Amino acid sequence: MLSPKIKYLLYLADNALILGHRNSEWCGHGPILEQDIAVTNISLDLVGQARNFYQYAASEIGNNTTEDSLAYLRDVREFKNCLITELPNGDWGQTILRQFFFSTYQYFLYTALKDCNDEQLAAIAEKSLKEVTYHVRWSSEWVIRLGDGTAESHQRMLTALDNLWNYTGEMLIPSAYEKEINEALAIKGADSLAEKWNRKIKEVLEEATLPVPQSAWSQQGGKEGMHTEHLGYILAEMQFLQRAYPGVEW
Amino acid sequence: MLRKFYYGDYGESKNGAADISTSGEQKKEWPLWEVFIRSRQGLDHKHAGSLHAADARMAVENARDVYTRRMEGVSIWVVESKYIHASNPDEAAEFYDPANDKAYRHPTFYDLPDELKHM
Repeated sequence: MLSPKIKYLLYLADNALILGHRNSEWCGHGPILEQDIAVTNISLDLVGQARNFYQYAASEIGNNTTEDSLAYLRDVREFKNCLITELPNGDWGQTILRQFFFSTYQYFLYTALKDCNDEQLAAIAEKSLKEVTYHVRWSSEWVIRLGDGTAESHQRMLTALDNLWNYTGEMLIPSAYEKEINEALAIKGADSLAEKWNRKIKEVLEEATLPVPQSAWSQQGGKEGMHTEHLGYILAEMQFLQRAYPGVEW
Repeated sequence: MLRKFYYGDYGESKNGAADISTSGEQKKEWPLWEVFIRSRQGLDHKHAGSLHAADARMAVENARDVYTRRMEGVSIWVVESKYIHASNPDEAAEFYDPANDKAYRHPTFYDLPDELKHM
């Protein structure tokens, strides 16, 4: 049975790894060279964050656990990432809208974590926050460009909004282990995450001439290991090499 | 008549990608921008390369993503390539050769006192 702290670290790590992996699928397929590089830079930032959280989790778990065994040798039900991170990329609009939703969440979360009473977690959050601040800037600008762009780009953003909105609530509804950690590590501002997130999203969507959806219902389950069918395919691709050739290195 | 274009010279009559939007065709290409980066130690911005972007803000961000991934810079300038006018290679002879035999323009004929350093 994993402690709430380990679950929490894995939650942070899995979010970053899975979203990083999704973004990396754009490598070589970006709409233009410069944005191909931009989105894969974000991938690298996220995978880097995942490594920091996995390393910390591995040291807490012990028993020869490593960052690699956590990333490559756990199965779907053990992953705790939010469902929104594992959804298919869709078009460029959907990818950047998801990035905007998730980066905004990470921004407020890491801002709260950097002042928590766990030194190592606070340090990782502080380092990651610089990266995430840029991700928010980059993605929000794209949301505005496309939302307030041509008729086609506006329509595509509406579709993306429709596809993603019901997956946003999960980020903001704390699981049992998040509640325990918020208490145990004295994470200030954890209870106002939803309010801050909603305010920022509203501000950007309005500037993008996009409606703020009113639906409050949300898909959930990822935080407890109940995933969409998409995560299995991601893991199959990501973990294949380590599963087929255990311990292989290059 | 064939009009020649030189590197960085998009000319007033041919505004790079910008004129595509007015030609009735669908606008496909973003304008080209030249990127200048100042490194941590450097005092001046140096030309780093070029990239495509829809506007100046995007150009600065693209430059950040394309040209400062390895800690190359602490400051970025961008300018749309069409605003850079280049000298004409066909005129290289009259432009540059006359300086060849004017060695006296280099301050190499002075005897410097030993105390003077960093010259």
